[in-house]
Amino acid sequence: MILAAADWYSFFFILFGGIACVFAVAVLLTSNIVRMAFYLTVSLGATAGIFFLAGAEFVGAMQLMIYVGGTLVLLIFGVMLTAQAQFITMRTRSGEWVLSVIVGSSLLFLLLVAAFGVDSWRTRGQSDSLTVADAQTATAIGAALSGVRVDRLSVPASETQRLRGMSGYLLPFVVVSVHLLVVLVGAAYLARTRAMWREPGEQRRSRGESPAS
Amino acid sequence: MSPLLAEITVSHYLAVGAVLFVTGVLCMATKRNALGVLMGIELVLNGANVNFVAFGSKYLRADPLGLDGNLMALFVIVFAAAEAAVALAIALNFYNNHTTIDVDKAEDLKG
Repeated sequence: MILAAADWYSFFFILFGGIACVFAVAVLLTSNIVRMAFYLTVSLGATAGIFFLAGAEFVGAMQLMIYVGGTLVLLIFGVMLTAQAQFITMRTRSGEWVLSVIVGSSLLFLLLVAAFGVDSWRTRGQSDSLTVADAQTATAIGAALSGVRVDRLSVPASETQRLRGMSGYLLPFVVVSVHLLVVLVGAAYLARTRAMWREPGEQRRSRGESPAS
Repeated sequence: MSPLLAEITVSHYLAVGAVLFVTGVLCMATKRNALGVLMGIELVLNGANVNFVAFGSKYLRADPLGLDGNLMALFVIVFAAAEAAVALAIALNFYNNHTTIDVDKAEDLKG
């Protein structure tokens, strides 16, 4: 009986949203960098579940593949490459904790008041037609990235002509592609230059400054 | 009304996004490990993504952003990957030069 009465959409939203929020807070509270990486993985994975619930199944899949599968693996490699014993656990000073709790709670209060303060955000548009299973956005997103908005075919002709250069996402797609190329070249350059950048450190040591300062 | 029966609206998505955002900002502010600061940035970007997807969802709003929300979320994911790659390269370079990952020790540019 209770199974039939429960709204499974609400149940799964509370499940995924709760996991995302709890593990995000856990990332903040722990001071162990390895545990932070694991909690962040769980939090971002639960966020992918939220994306699926909102009907953005392509974004959810990309979240799992790029974020959880790519970016976080990169971060974990960074953790492993710098994992000396004194850097695993770096505690924050308690004064900073007090200040951050004050700032964080006031910021969260402000954002929550704003989120629940708008009437049109508190009502669902079509509450009876909740058919998440038919969400198919991958084709439309692919067409939009090549400049064709298949979801905006009903927009009148005059408006589409006025917005001709702006309606698709071809230009941002190209820009982001070039940006990724530049970033890859820059990251390879930065990560490579160990021998070239060692010299300033040796000069500083030769000047007699204490290394602990 | 039990929370299991409450109707999930855009406001609930915004609440989850707000929690992710605030925890990310506090991570950036309080962590002393440079990689912890990076994880805070990832949390902030994910909070923004939750908001984009919620406003673009046609199941939650009668007049949604539509595909624009999904596309902006995808661009944010790509930018986050790029930012993580560059920031990790900088952090490893800093670690190689200073043999520490503590951001409080990064005072070479102090005037």
